[in-house]
Amino acid sequence: MTRHDLPVSAALFDYGDFIADQNEKSLLRFLTCGSVDDGKSTLIGRLLYDTKLIFEDQLAALERDSSKHGTNGADIDFALLVDGLEAEREQGITIDVAYRFFSTPKRKFIVADTPGHEQYTRNMATGASTADLAIVLVDARRGILQQTRRHSIIASLLGIRHIALAVNKIDLVDFDRQVFERISAEYLGFASGLSFASVEPIPMSARHGDNVTRRSDDMRWYPGPTLLEHLEAAAIDCDTADKPFRLPVQYVNRPNQDFRGFSGTIASGLVTTGQTLVATKSGRRSRVKRVLVGATDSPLAVAGQSVTLLLEDEIEISRGDVLSAADARPELADQFQATIVWFDDKPLLPGRPYILRTETDQAGVTVTALKHRINVASFAKEAAACLDMNEIGVCDLSTQVPIAFDRYGDNRVTGAFILVDRMTNATVGAGMISHPLRRARNIHWQKLDVDRRQHAAQKHQKPVVLWFTGLSGSGKSTIANLLEKKLNAAGRHTYLLDGDNIRHGLNRDLGFTDEDRVENIRRVVEVARLMADAGLIVLVSFISPFRAERQMARERMQEGEFVEIFVDTPFEECARRDPKGLYAQALNGAIKNFTGLDSPYEAPEQPELHLQTLGKDAEEMVDELDRWLNQNYIVADPA
Amino acid sequence: MSHLQPSPTTMPQSQHNIRQSHLDRLEAEAIHIFREVAATFSKPVMLYSVGKDSSVLLHLAMKAFYPAKPPFPFLHVDTTWKFREMIAFRDAMMTLHGFDLLVHINEDGVREGINPFVHGSNTHTHVMKTVALRQALDKYGFDAAFGGARRDEEKSRSKERIFSFRNANHAWDPKNQRPEMWKIYNTRVAAGESIRVFPLSNWTELDIWQYILLEEIPIVPLYFAKLRPVVERAGMLILRDDERMELLPGEAVEDRLVRFRTLGCYPLTGAIESDACDLQAIVREMLTARTSERQGRVIDKDEAGSMEKKKREGYF
Repeated sequence: MTRHDLPVSAALFDYGDFIADQNEKSLLRFLTCGSVDDGKSTLIGRLLYDTKLIFEDQLAALERDSSKHGTNGADIDFALLVDGLEAEREQGITIDVAYRFFSTPKRKFIVADTPGHEQYTRNMATGASTADLAIVLVDARRGILQQTRRHSIIASLLGIRHIALAVNKIDLVDFDRQVFERISAEYLGFASGLSFASVEPIPMSARHGDNVTRRSDDMRWYPGPTLLEHLEAAAIDCDTADKPFRLPVQYVNRPNQDFRGFSGTIASGLVTTGQTLVATKSGRRSRVKRVLVGATDSPLAVAGQSVTLLLEDEIEISRGDVLSAADARPELADQFQATIVWFDDKPLLPGRPYILRTETDQAGVTVTALKHRINVASFAKEAAACLDMNEIGVCDLSTQVPIAFDRYGDNRVTGAFILVDRMTNATVGAGMISHPLRRARNIHWQKLDVDRRQHAAQKHQKPVVLWFTGLSGSGKSTIANLLEKKLNAAGRHTYLLDGDNIRHGLNRDLGFTDEDRVENIRRVVEVARLMADAGLIVLVSFISPFRAERQMARERMQEGEFVEIFVDTPFEECARRDPKGLYAQALNGAIKNFTGLDSPYEAPEQPELHLQTLGKDAEEMVDELDRWLNQNYIVADPA
Repeated sequence: MSHLQPSPTTMPQSQHNIRQSHLDRLEAEAIHIFREVAATFSKPVMLYSVGKDSSVLLHLAMKAFYPAKPPFPFLHVDTTWKFREMIAFRDAMMTLHGFDLLVHINEDGVREGINPFVHGSNTHTHVMKTVALRQALDKYGFDAAFGGARRDEEKSRSKERIFSFRNANHAWDPKNQRPEMWKIYNTRVAAGESIRVFPLSNWTELDIWQYILLEEIPIVPLYFAKLRPVVERAGMLILRDDERMELLPGEAVEDRLVRFRTLGCYPLTGAIESDACDLQAIVREMLTARTSERQGRVIDKDEAGSMEKKKREGYF
């Protein structure tokens, strides 16, 4: 609320007019970005102060804080209004995005104040994902920096169309017109390669308020708008209502037999009662019986409204599906290309499984190819094996099940996703889909007449994948080998996949980096899966050091067909045994990326079987394994 | 203006001339958040603290799941020092809508006789609110809890996500928050961890009052001006709600025309002198207000950054 909302006098206050005025106002969401110390927080503090948003008690607190933490001597430090965390005030920097609200007679504003430090780039992306406009700050003394370019590129990738280029601290270069023009020209040159619709350069001093809300007497040479005038007039792209209808189904509301409602927020377009919609995943159609906006029946609803739709026919629709216009459906595919911004300190690895989340859907996903990394200083494409924190790359992705989506350029709601780490549940990346991959669309699963059940029945056994994991030299291969002999003698159909042997053939092109280890496992998982499909008992003896890949292996198999066996031998014992002489070499530094030494081994948390090998005889353990398997798994299929 | 491409200076005219008002947008966002939680968590709860923000939250929850009832229970953490009118209003609302209300009191604190007049606001709030809330969340095993906090209330709140992750000790780590992109919320938690969810994050105090007026939402009568027995203490007007408040030398109870901008424990909540006895008058008064609503809260003044500190410990 601001003093601008204040009626001329209380006597003239008309509540109806006031509400109408408030409702007429459009909303602009913007963010401030740019390098550290360019004055982002100070600018927002200045906007709040000049639009009279600051209450007396807050001003008193600000004055106290300014003398304690402030960087402006006796003056008020406006940055302290927005830097709300203790660590931020102590260090004088912004760590996390803050959201602030203000309004003028023309508009309401939600502003995201985002950090400038490179290590907090992900927080900048957070603020940009919902913004219509970005204010890019540049310190007039320092000009355009790498972080200025990085933030501009992220803003562009996230679909922001309008930029206000705030050439700040102009007072410190004596309000020099040439400095302003040089920086503006350089930025416009850089920005012409990005997808902005408009760029508005404004010279200003946030600290003193020049050209923020009031025109500066020291810059009579500048004919353009003040920042606030520009924010009030900037175009808001609101064409989402004219796009094809999309309702990502969020929640199925079924309080009784007569009511089955599909709830969600309309991503684009409009819906009316009687209109024919299609459920994207099944392709089934139905007509809209009722439209509820909140709790009220309405003949129609548009983009941005949270609705519940009732259809005339009972068709299969669940959370994650997208109800869409029958004549303009979204894509439905399990392979697509996207631009990914990486947030996590562990790098993005092609082949490693993650969880993909769209607004309402979720699926297991792997990056099948990292096409290139984007150099954020030059916008050039560079070859890369992984994406480190704050890097941006173009990737091919493959989901375990098809998802419904649009191109991000067409729809910011249905074209976006985040990536979540399977182990920590951290949000590790964000993606914008560019297009589906043709192979996904054209290659369909061929239905075969002889299926896995028949393969297994012929062999009179239940297929199972016995996954032996443990350090090099822990005894995996010895145990697996003895077990296979035993099973074979008992007439079982088996196959043993051994890590070293596979590396001589199928995986001879792979090394021992994290990226290659992930791909190594992925291929073995697929081979094991085919063998289980053929009805075999598959023994896999692989170090497989990462939990994420073993989890992926488990999920690629049929329910109950994956048995994780942890061959648990301490590192010291493995190094003592050293059957292949590898530990000696690794300890000398002759072998790099050796598991347990300079490459981690993540022990299983809940393996089906945990074999502690110290002081035990291999034959004894194999007998035990065999008994356990016969009881739990390998019974003849009664069918 | 240096256009890289021609761009209209006015908004493109949509062929469908249905514009959402500001409140419509806020309402849609809050409903979306409610549904997201109901669809993705196994045991959500709504913290119901009886104030105006809780009233709006309750109203939105009913809209989000109409015609069904909200698919989660309501929890009130009772410090035993709430205004009597708040408790009466709470019970009336729950009965009216037929909702399940869980009331949790920190019995350890009661046994120790924790009293804001004796132990001070800091200890009282920590024991009877923060610890009590943690006890209740652990007792029922809730994995998501809705709260009515708004980003415009306080500086550390403006930094908080809509879906705000808490570790197994209910602690907030402000320097390590999950990025929150678009409306795609990461709702995944491991056992013992939880998410605090704030559907009113983007609402301002004025939005709340306008919405209450527009939707005719019932609120506790303490928000309206009335002659009430108050005591002036440390620059605040404290309503003497019961005999537990002992008068200090020189203090007197006097009837003054007052109302509350915010409600909490009565010994810690200052009244303001006002003649605003209906909603329109309240909105009018808000437009000329010169102080923030949290000025009436003793707990915010305990020390600099005190809200952030409380939140790290598990306060809402």
